[in-house]
Amino acid sequence: MVARVQVPGNAKRGEIIDIRIAIQHKMETGFRFDLFGKPIPKNVVNEVVCRYNGAEIFRAELGSGIAANPYMQFSTIAEASGEIVFDWVDDAGERGTERASITVSA
Amino acid sequence: MPRPHRRRFLVTLAALGLLPRAGVRPAGAAENDLAPIIAKITSGKALQPGRVRIETPLLADNGHSVPVRLTVESPMSAADHVSTISLLSDRNPRPVIATYHLGPRAGRARIATRVRLNGTQRIWAIARMSDGSCWSGHADIVVTESACLDGS
Amino acid sequence: MLPRSLRHACALACLFVWTCTQIGPVFAADAERPSPLRSGIEFTSADVRSLQDDDFQNPGMLWVTRGEELWRVAAGKSGKSCADCHQRAETSMKGVAARYPVYDAAAGDVVNLEGRINLCRTHRQAAKPLVYESENMLALTTYVAHQSRGARVEGAVPTELRASFERGRERYRKRIGQMDLACTHCHQQNWGRTLLAQTISQGHGNAYPAYRLEWQSLGSLQRRLRACYFGVRAEMPPYQSPELLDLEVYLAWRGRGLTIETPGVRR
Ligand code: HEC
Ligand code: HEC
Repeated sequence: MVARVQVPGNAKRGEIIDIRIAIQHKMETGFRFDLFGKPIPKNVVNEVVCRYNGAEIFRAELGSGIAANPYMQFSTIAEASGEIVFDWVDDAGERGTERASITVSA
Repeated sequence: MPRPHRRRFLVTLAALGLLPRAGVRPAGAAENDLAPIIAKITSGKALQPGRVRIETPLLADNGHSVPVRLTVESPMSAADHVSTISLLSDRNPRPVIATYHLGPRAGRARIATRVRLNGTQRIWAIARMSDGSCWSGHADIVVTESACLDGS
Repeated sequence: MLPRSLRHACALACLFVWTCTQIGPVFAADAERPSPLRSGIEFTSADVRSLQDDDFQNPGMLWVTRGEELWRVAAGKSGKSCADCHQRAETSMKGVAARYPVYDAAAGDVVNLEGRINLCRTHRQAAKPLVYESENMLALTTYVAHQSRGARVEGAVPTELRASFERGRERYRKRIGQMDLACTHCHQQNWGRTLLAQTISQGHGNAYPAYRLEWQSLGSLQRRLRACYFGVRAEMPPYQSPELLDLEVYLAWRGRGLTIETPGVRR
């Protein structure tokens, strides 16, 4: 699963920064049929967790109402230099992870 | 380039009653009963209107991908912050679109995403605060339909 | 999800186009190329435009990212990756998409970008060709074409391409399908008009491969062309058929000077 994350490379301590993620995923609703008329089973990225230096800062539970190739933007306070890591899983149990580092100055 | 026939063309269409609202569903009645879902989110507490804003186009030109931005008024401090935001649809086959968990480290309660909407409808965002109070906002969206089937 | 209303909308669409054609010769002059030349993005909503312009939100960029990964993956008996021969795509592939389709002397035929990539797969990497419209083919094509974003479509018609060009041009004017319409009826004579909620563009290929909200995915120019065949209830030519390749040659000429947008975003 390809994904892209966007985190500012540098920030000032206490600054509110925007974080964005996009994951390549069909977000199969379970309401579609293949060419042979067989229903395509539901398979969506159902959870995305974001951790900042190990601590969870954001979690999303997603359903089939989220558009294909899910995109999300949220914010966090820049506290310390380190890593922002995303982990996600879909209904088929396939997992993905993507990380970005941030340098925080006083 | 002069287009002398354009007018006649539009008049013909208008006569056929095709111009206004064509391709747009009239704002239909809600199909989902959101009450039990909301009761679960609020743990039965009263749902208060306000503090939650949904920004979305009034008219979405494709129901497969509609931009939505949720903002909740909150100091987002350790003592007073948003804990969850639930996004609900009154017409999608599955009414709960997403649930977001956040906390004081978010700095501000603002989330942007893109959703699928099964036709013209009202969407709701319910914010549950750290003190247990629940607030709601909603937005009405007209979803236009594809002009043609695409079997490619 | 909405079969009934979709069918309804389609009936309206047919009626619209029928009305269009029955009113008579809508415009006397069927000029060869639309004037002024305008990219399809200009006919889309503010939302679609902002999606295309935002390199992070543009979902097509996920295919660029995937293509960038594949560029470095060794394939076939050669054990070579694209990068082993072409190094950095940012330099080696810059402007390449602006020249395609081309005539390939070795193949003795018209070759589009997808075809060229498969020639490298089979001849240079000794690997199996990628299936047309497969995720990997789309990713590599998008990645290569993306290196020409901002370049202008050249649309040259050298002598060797002439025959293909003429066939494409003829095809563009040939009525097809149950709706008995030619490409030119929509994209030359009626661009700028609204078909229900959709504005008909001039029908250029400068955004492709592009992400279409309707597909909820990225697709090639040929997929878009097939969608137009389907729209007029004509049989869809197979991918890489001479018919579609000839149209690609004609479209490049017709849209020469437009800026490449790959990955474009369309409704
Ligand atoms: C063993 C070396 C080799 C490998 C590996 C290789 N290529 Fe090529 N490629 C060439 C050569 C040589 C040409 C020059 C044109 C020709 O084929 O005659 C070329 C031409 C091209 C062109 C057309 C450039 C132009 O200016 O028209 C494209 C696009 C291309 N390659 C893409 C790829 C991609 C994508 C891959 C990986 C899937 C790849 N190539 C792998 C050797 C290679
Ligand atoms: C019934 C009208 C109609 C006919 C006939 C038709 N198209 Fe289209 N075409 C559309 C519509 C509607 C779209 C989507 C909106 C737009 O970009 O115009 C489209 C889109 C396109 C696009 C993509 C434009 C972009 O910027 O994304 C291309 C290229 C195209 N058509 C080529 C063709 C070709 C070639 C033919 C003939 C084989 C053809 N069309 C026949 C209606 C038509």
